Amino acid sequence: MKEFLEGSMAVARTVQLCKPGVISAYPITPQTHIVEELAQMVADGHLNAEFVNVESEHSAASVVLGALAAGVRAYTATSSQGLLLMSEVIFNIAGMRLPLVLTDANRAISAPINIWNDQQDTVSLRDAGWVQLYVENLQETVDFHIMAYKLAEDKNIMLPVMVCMDGFILTHGIESVDMPSQEQVDKFLPPYKALYKLDVDNPMTLGPLADPDYYTEARYAIQETQKKVLEVIPRLTADFARAFGRTYNGLIEEYHTKDAERVIVAMGSVCGSIKDVVDELRSKGKKVGLLKIVSYRPFPAQEIYDALKNVSKVGVVDRAVSLGSFAPLASEIKATFFGKKKKPDTISSFVVGLGGRDITKDSIKEIFRMLTQKEKTGEFIDLKPELLKENYE
Amino acid sequence: MSNHLYAPGHTACSGCGQAMAVRYVLDAAGKNTMVANNTGCLEVFSTKYPESAFEVPFVHSLFENCAAVASGVEAALKYLGKKDSINVIAEAGDGGTADIGLQALSGMLERGHDILYVCYDNEAYMNTGIQRSGLTPFKANTTTSPKGAKSFGNLRYKKPMPEIALAHGIPYMATATVGYPQDLQRKVKKALSIKGPKYIQVHVPCPLGWQHPSNQTFDVAKLAVETGLYPLVEFENGKLIGVRKIKALPVEEYLKVQGRFKHLLGNAEEIKLVQDVANASIAKYNLKIEADTAQPA
Repeated sequence: MKEFLEGSMAVARTVQLCKPGVISAYPITPQTHIVEELAQMVADGHLNAEFVNVESEHSAASVVLGALAAGVRAYTATSSQGLLLMSEVIFNIAGMRLPLVLTDANRAISAPINIWNDQQDTVSLRDAGWVQLYVENLQETVDFHIMAYKLAEDKNIMLPVMVCMDGFILTHGIESVDMPSQEQVDKFLPPYKALYKLDVDNPMTLGPLADPDYYTEARYAIQETQKKVLEVIPRLTADFARAFGRTYNGLIEEYHTKDAERVIVAMGSVCGSIKDVVDELRSKGKKVGLLKIVSYRPFPAQEIYDALKNVSKVGVVDRAVSLGSFAPLASEIKATFFGKKKKPDTISSFVVGLGGRDITKDSIKEIFRMLTQKEKTGEFIDLKPELLKENYE
Repeated sequence: MSNHLYAPGHTACSGCGQAMAVRYVLDAAGKNTMVANNTGCLEVFSTKYPESAFEVPFVHSLFENCAAVASGVEAALKYLGKKDSINVIAEAGDGGTADIGLQALSGMLERGHDILYVCYDNEAYMNTGIQRSGLTPFKANTTTSPKGAKSFGNLRYKKPMPEIALAHGIPYMATATVGYPQDLQRKVKKALSIKGPKYIQVHVPCPLGWQHPSNQTFDVAKLAVETGLYPLVEFENGKLIGVRKIKALPVEEYLKVQGRFKHLLGNAEEIKLVQDVANASIAKYNLKIEADTAQPA
């Protein structure tokens, strides 16, 4: 049924439909509305779950780790500093192959402290072994949370999934959303049955020490599973389309790329604005397009290659920086084409919208315009040079 | 398979007080027990893949989060309606409890989870090579609180972890020692008979770190109690319900059997400062057996 919902409410309602038995979270802006709503559902008896109020994000992640070790579906949400404080546990959860679903309300990292949106937090944890899915709007937010549980708990996967939604823009934005029914979700997502768990009748040691004879294989297994996720996601989205009537590629989304001469590559909510600009420029006869990356981990290199191999000018939009090196998404897009015969003439890289600075249609048009020039590397868009002057005398 | 829930074959040092204490604790708790363990000696010497000494379900995650992991296990068991039939134990060393894990422990105690937290206190970071922790005793020589021309070892008193745990208003708190195994097992059983968060701190000598012969573990542990340096106390609902009465031997009897205190021997002034610590505990808990009722040792 279509409803007009705030993003956080839509997430909470979706999590409710997925029936986690244990929820644990620590408050951080802009994640708070999600967990407040879930706490209220538990308080009202509308969600049968244990809601554990913890003293830090480190413990929030540890509580849901423990719940999953005991064989119960779990949920947490965080943002920014909270995700970084969790980061030790984040790596651990993937290493222990526990199928957690976590929502990150993407937010900038301190210092300077800033509560607004960019994607530095989740991008910084790209190497943790998690699946990372970046959503554009609230319908995707709802749908990818449901798919996230099914993907994470797939016996052949058993990896945690992070649904990355832009803070404020999506968490506090209000859109019309088609909310699935409980029956639909129950049919699509069966109750969680752990492969391995703490069980007094079958005692098992989880989280053992692995010496050099065993460690490499544990890490290799995750790497191989990440490749498998690339095969599972298209089947998952096909199943989802049959069950819910909405179709996604799940790895990437191509928007007017087929005949495009200039294409912007981006992740998250900014893709909505880019689509508007593409429509506008197309109406003026400009051959422009958008390639949206949905699955950042695993990185769908083959799909990206196929989508961009005949495009002349590519511009990669990063809402994060790898300070001291190339912008993170851009370097991987470039790596995708290294040594390939068919490839774009130029792959330019732009750092945009850090700490909540608006990415306007004009910013996007400027990027498309710059794609006609020589290749840019890590070009900061909408920079204010007057703020960079400093007198040390 | 042995009859114990903590099996032989682990790789602890000979005379390891912690390994013995773990066996006593688990045998007292019984097979319907799940354990969450912090990183430290115990996890390293018991669970090197593909082997494990734990005959009960066991989960290790990180250095500081066993109290939170156990909270999640307990919440899951409550959700499944199984909590009443299964004990949850969180366990860690002194560093994992009093230093890096204190925040998670405080959260667990404050939230009222039905969990027994056991701190195996061997008074330093033994796994990484005998570095000082918040529970390292006054004047002990460790690799990061070394004795030297200008130092008599650790400058600070032990962090009052039992009192800190107690201040959370928990229903049961006790100190125990591997030196008195029956007392330890009685306390574990008592704790597990009570609903809510419980804290037991167990003194476990480390022959390597304390520098005593590995066949002296029990004697050293008993001397800590008998000198008043490790008072055995038991609190229920905030009320002191029992202490182990002692003859209050001079602390030198305890110090002289361990290399970590060797630098104090012959220095009456320094030994007096340690004696003051024991005297304070003896007075606080009224530990001393009166002369006319004294029992033979």
